[in-house]
Amino acid sequence: MSSQTTYNYKVVRQFAIMTVIWGIVGMLVGVTIAAQLAFPDLTHGISFLSFGRLRPLHTNAVIFAFGGSALFATSYYVVQRTCQTRLFSDKLAAFTFWGWNLIIVLAAITLPLGMTSSKEYAELEWPIDLLIAVVWVSYAIVFFGTIAKRKVKHIYVANWFYGAFILTIAVLHIFNNLEIPVTLTKSYSLYPGAIDAMVQWWYGHNAVGFFLTAGFLGMMYYFVPKQAGRPVYSYRLSVVHFWALISTYMWAGPHHLHYTALPDWTQTVGMLFSLILLAPSWGGMINGIMTLSGAWHKLREDPILKFLIVSLSFYGMSTFEGPMMAIKTVNALSHYTDWTVGHVHSGALGWVAMVSIGSMYALIPHLFGKKQMYSMALVEAHFWIATIGVVLYIAAMWISGVMQGLMWRAVNADGTLTYSFIESVERTYPFYYVRLIGGALFLTGMLLMLFNVLKTIKNPAPADDAIPQAA
Amino acid sequence: MSSFWSGWVWTLTVGNILACWWLIRWTMKSRQGEAAQGDVTGHTWDGTLQEYNNPLPRWWLWLFYGTLIFSAIYLVIYGVGNWHGVSGWSETNQYDEEIKAAEAKYAPIFAKYAKMPIPALAADPEAVKTGRHLFLTYCMQCHGSDAKGARGFPNLTDKDWLWGGTPEKIEETILNGRQAAMPTWKPILGDDGVDKVANYVASLSGRKNVDAAKAEEGKKIFQTNCAACHGMDGKGNPMLGAPNLTDKTWLYGGTLATIKKTISDGRNGKMPAHKDLLGKDKVHVLAGYVYSLSHGG
Repeated sequence: MSSQTTYNYKVVRQFAIMTVIWGIVGMLVGVTIAAQLAFPDLTHGISFLSFGRLRPLHTNAVIFAFGGSALFATSYYVVQRTCQTRLFSDKLAAFTFWGWNLIIVLAAITLPLGMTSSKEYAELEWPIDLLIAVVWVSYAIVFFGTIAKRKVKHIYVANWFYGAFILTIAVLHIFNNLEIPVTLTKSYSLYPGAIDAMVQWWYGHNAVGFFLTAGFLGMMYYFVPKQAGRPVYSYRLSVVHFWALISTYMWAGPHHLHYTALPDWTQTVGMLFSLILLAPSWGGMINGIMTLSGAWHKLREDPILKFLIVSLSFYGMSTFEGPMMAIKTVNALSHYTDWTVGHVHSGALGWVAMVSIGSMYALIPHLFGKKQMYSMALVEAHFWIATIGVVLYIAAMWISGVMQGLMWRAVNADGTLTYSFIESVERTYPFYYVRLIGGALFLTGMLLMLFNVLKTIKNPAPADDAIPQAA
Repeated sequence: MSSFWSGWVWTLTVGNILACWWLIRWTMKSRQGEAAQGDVTGHTWDGTLQEYNNPLPRWWLWLFYGTLIFSAIYLVIYGVGNWHGVSGWSETNQYDEEIKAAEAKYAPIFAKYAKMPIPALAADPEAVKTGRHLFLTYCMQCHGSDAKGARGFPNLTDKDWLWGGTPEKIEETILNGRQAAMPTWKPILGDDGVDKVANYVASLSGRKNVDAAKAEEGKKIFQTNCAACHGMDGKGNPMLGAPNLTDKTWLYGGTLATIKKTISDGRNGKMPAHKDLLGKDKVHVLAGYVYSLSHGG
């Protein structure tokens, strides 16, 4: 039977296509809520289109539907090819695809209906949480099962990162969502008060650290050297930054709760380990970008490499900005302002989305038996539209965030506040328009991608590569 | 926190920092039989994937060491677990100190105003400006940035006062807050009774489109049930915060339907007390600002 002599690309193809589709859906919701901030009466009175309902739909869709599909697709692809063996179980892999997409559809229904456990990035209610746990454990079995039956001795660095991401997300998801069901659609957290907040941000920041960082570093470690045709810059660096990254990320959560009811020492530890995270994070950026050394000219010709390398630059920028914002005195200015929103999006759009888009442009033609994308000119256009979009977005949020922070703390000679809150809202409007334009540009790029992908996968050729026999 | 857990936190925190240090040193060591620096390590994946055995970049190493050393120093100063470090810092201390500094700096300004009567404050442009800033911080959420109120929150710029508009009454309202209590009348009067009283109440402000017959019957119900607070003439009673029903000002809305709802379900308007939040001196300045709004300030 051919199934053991070829790689399983079917599930990779499915997740790859869904990456593009969920990307468009999630970003469309993002553009919608950006428009609501710029024009507050846009969907006035329609409960399921209100900002409070759509915002969690946006975050869940872009992180777990778009980002998740990209991680499933690439991890299944990378683990097979670097272990030189077919996936551990085709059936279980297929289950993860249909299960994950069912979860996304359930999220798209329940969140606009207002069903929420009210924990940020973990809003889904308990029946869906259970389903996520089942799918995620299946994912772990497929991934680690494949590692276990590998035909090469050493485990490639990309798989360390994918493995850490899969294991940690299981732990984070389960412990943060311990809750007492009241009805089918309502539950309450098991943790009280400040402990609940701490567990939530332990989860929240590690969702960033492991879902949006470790997972995508796995992607980077395969697609950057492949696309550049160069060896990874430094094996030693990958060892240090891997272990340092995963051990220190675990502590960083309390920086979301500076100057709150959280104990002093927790805030201290959260700030310090966030600072220590700077070097391990940059280790990944250096290893990615320096892989190109000796082949810089390729950056001029290859728009896929442009996506990958620019994503690493945004990664480096965000992981510098993050530790700085975790310093208490900086946080006192930046917290609760649009600066945070800008920071998140320089990571989410600049790093996560760009590295995914680049990887998909490299991966999709291969999965459908094509040499390259239908139009490389469109890929190039996508790159520039997306880059301009991100820059507009984050520049607008930086300026408005710093402005808000400064306005909120401005004090008159008599000790009264110089500005009322609503004055800061008024001054923010121009930046909300710019942000909307930036977001809309980014979405436009995704639509180009969809067109390009549809053209590419028309009349697919047989593509399931034979597994090379161990030499 | 028990000393066990404090020690636990210490061990993990310091342990992780030391582990990072050890990790760097351990990875930098060269091992027997490994590839020369700058060469590929010798492993190959997926046909072409290889890794160079390049050393850790110098500048990056110093960055890493720097953050570890900074953290160690910071821990000594600020502490972890039960120990508050050599500085003895705590969030609460920092807050108390900042408040103390602010008090020392600003209290004299407000102490000066505290000696002035409210009408004098209302005529003093500096005091009004300070009061306005306080208002925009603490009051505008309900009363609006123009102080003209909103549904359920009174307009402070007109001459109509629920609890009295003298300087003393305004100050008292801000200091101690007010709790209005319009009871729910539906269980006592029934829908029919509510309907009749509502028509009567609507007629008090000279409205034409009321059912005269119902209003006539409603008058009797009003006089037995409502007059105790709102007065026989419906002009209200500032002692109780009972609004005047004969004018055109309606706190919750003056349509017949809304009046019915108010009578039927009752209302519980609440002005919170600000004595503890702001202190007497600031409330005094605020009272001056509010007074100025209706006195040509």
